[in-house]
Amino acid sequence: MFKKLITGALSAAIAFGASYTVVHADDELYIPMLSYRTGPFGGNGTPFANGFHDYLAMLNTRDGGIGGAKLVMEECETAYNAQKGVECYEATKGKGALVYNPLSTGITLQLIPKSPVDKIPVLQMGYGLSAAAMGETFPWTFAYPTSYWSQMSSILKYIDMNGGLKGKKIGFIYLDVGYGREPIPLLEQLAPEMGFELAMFPVAGKEMQAQSAQWLNVRKERPDWMIMWGWGAMNATAVKEAAKTRYPLDRFIGNWWSGAHADLVPVGEAGKGYIAANFSGIGTDFPALQDVIKHVVDAGKSQADPSTVGNVLYNRGLYNAVLVSEAIRAAQKLTGKTKIDGTDMRLGLENFVLDQARLAEIGLPGFTGDVKGDCKDHEGAGGVFMQQWNGSDWEKITDPISPMTDVVQPLLAAAAEAYKADKPEWKGQTCG
Amino acid sequence: MFFREAGQFKTSYNEYLQAFPLREDRIGIAIWIALAVFYVPFFGLPGLEYTFAMNAIMIPVAIFTITALGLNILVGFTGQISLGTGAFMGVGAYACYKLTTYFPDVNIIIIILASGFVSAAVGALFGLPSLRIKGFYLIVATLAAQFFLEWCFIRVEWLYNYNPSGAIEVPQREVFGIIVTGAAASPATRYLVVLGILIFLTIIAGNLVRGRVGRSWMMIRDMDIAAELIGVRPLRAKLSAFAVSSYYCGVSGALMVFLWLGAAEVESFDVNHSFLYLFMVIFGGLGSITGSYMGAAFIWTFPILLKELGKRVFDIDSIVMENVSLVAIGVLIVFILIKEPHGLARLWQLGKQKLRIWPFAH
Repeated sequence: MFKKLITGALSAAIAFGASYTVVHADDELYIPMLSYRTGPFGGNGTPFANGFHDYLAMLNTRDGGIGGAKLVMEECETAYNAQKGVECYEATKGKGALVYNPLSTGITLQLIPKSPVDKIPVLQMGYGLSAAAMGETFPWTFAYPTSYWSQMSSILKYIDMNGGLKGKKIGFIYLDVGYGREPIPLLEQLAPEMGFELAMFPVAGKEMQAQSAQWLNVRKERPDWMIMWGWGAMNATAVKEAAKTRYPLDRFIGNWWSGAHADLVPVGEAGKGYIAANFSGIGTDFPALQDVIKHVVDAGKSQADPSTVGNVLYNRGLYNAVLVSEAIRAAQKLTGKTKIDGTDMRLGLENFVLDQARLAEIGLPGFTGDVKGDCKDHEGAGGVFMQQWNGSDWEKITDPISPMTDVVQPLLAAAAEAYKADKPEWKGQTCG
Repeated sequence: MFFREAGQFKTSYNEYLQAFPLREDRIGIAIWIALAVFYVPFFGLPGLEYTFAMNAIMIPVAIFTITALGLNILVGFTGQISLGTGAFMGVGAYACYKLTTYFPDVNIIIIILASGFVSAAVGALFGLPSLRIKGFYLIVATLAAQFFLEWCFIRVEWLYNYNPSGAIEVPQREVFGIIVTGAAASPATRYLVVLGILIFLTIIAGNLVRGRVGRSWMMIRDMDIAAELIGVRPLRAKLSAFAVSSYYCGVSGALMVFLWLGAAEVESFDVNHSFLYLFMVIFGGLGSITGSYMGAAFIWTFPILLKELGKRVFDIDSIVMENVSLVAIGVLIVFILIKEPHGLARLWQLGKQKLRIWPFAH
């Protein structure tokens, strides 16, 4: 036993010592991917990671990278776990990482203070700290295309457009963690201003799949509309319970993490009519997606099941990759360099323009609303559109609905101030 | 051959009672400490990138060693199994956060050490049922503590200063002009602070378990009725074990958030982590200080090193390696428990024994 142990340990040590360190060549752009394909939310993380990877891989094969520089993607598995996220960050930041997409609010919160020190920007697309939209306080964090609070205001606007908000009762069912509770201050402020009544239905993390109690309360309270901030197994359960209690599903709106194919396919026909917010196009009916299928998926370079290409989360991952690649292009143009670093990338993230013309140019016409990088506004003035489940697939039912900036902005500013308050050393920036 | 006690004569009681009676052991420990203090903070670990070695391996291992020490006092020395470790670490972390927001100018190291006392009080409170219930029933009671405290970390908004994202974020704090917490703190500083606290707490734990208190814990573990009959008070022994154990966990929780993660949500203190710490203790060796070190180091670094190995030598991507390491660690735990139920510490002891009589077999 002893001899074997010692030989085993020695041979492992030798194998380890004989390894090498990767140094990236001058014409390579290194993009770490903190993805999660395992763990409790692996089912949602996998299509996102595939979409992100496949778009960049497509740019590599079709165009030879961006501006002549090949993109090197390295995946690091976080299992949606904050501690593993730190490990991944430390393992990849030294290799010339351009930008981090932490894919988890917990990991994002850890990276926000690190980003100015290591000079690598963080792009929290559709999660993370809402306050990061304030570019003057958070120079290194970006929240394109929009934040949770803006999303909530867009949803309320949608309700207002469909029969008005005044005098109505709005039910809010949410995962009872930081993520789910985040929009509550906004709702509480808007309720008296816009004249609606509020009913809260928290769902504890451990009870995601047992919501009959909450839906009994919904039945008692009879809200006119329901809004959901859910994630993972909670979504399908909520829609099933809503259908069971005969709640009209076309008055039940989920946020963008509550409206994926993975959430509604198990519900199927029973979920017909359910609405969810989204900010990335659905389906494969875009030239760029056809290129992804041709160059990456059919070529066997993707880990994705071909039938999932074009799904909500796949396309969201792809959209994240589009934002990254557009920022790289902008940075290359502004600095005149092919190989950029984190500081240049930040410049790119503050200056790219992704309007309808540019979307059409890159093969994604009408994929999403306009987003514009800006020094001050790290939210990019994007908006969400609504999609509806037709029993077997999602259908886009509205154009992008712009958020109520006048309401959200002061809240964001206050949150940014609160973040800074106990950090006297925190450095913001002044925008021209 | 070179590792034997022949020729080392004790001439006083103090020499006879010292922690490491063998001269070779003392030299060995001195070398380890010298490496940890003078080599690691400047050069990291061989074959690994410096900040990675510090932030992903050395700092967490040192912090988890404190956790394992604490849990070992409870499980290994007193025989009270607890699944609430993660939550007790959380108590320390949140206490530290609240204390430093109220007293921003107080030395953060003092605050970290003080926040352990909050955790100790909570631990002793949840240790009360141990006076009446044992074994599986006690596991359930500590599990209840885990869930209740997790609930508090989510629902009691005062604990995280009403932060809308529900997380605690570490402010920057300086000690004697050196930045110790926050993103701007250098890995070497943070590591040395953690290491200092670890060494300090190890000395205390080592002396506690050798002394009267530790012996009363072990008596309770080995046979509580007999212990009671010869004059050990179960109330005092069990509650002191819970308190001391939770103190260690609380300090390590505060260190984990303040000197390693930088921000934390409730999921950093969930029940899965409690299981992980229990694995560390069982794997390292129940009732052994050295075992706590080995268990924490092994359970934490094994998946990381396996991942690196897979990437560098065999070019396997990280998702596959993640699954491989999950399987491997499960298999290893079962294997070690069958082959060596007393854990790595026992293997280490056997190795030393062999070395003493080498080159002879017996």
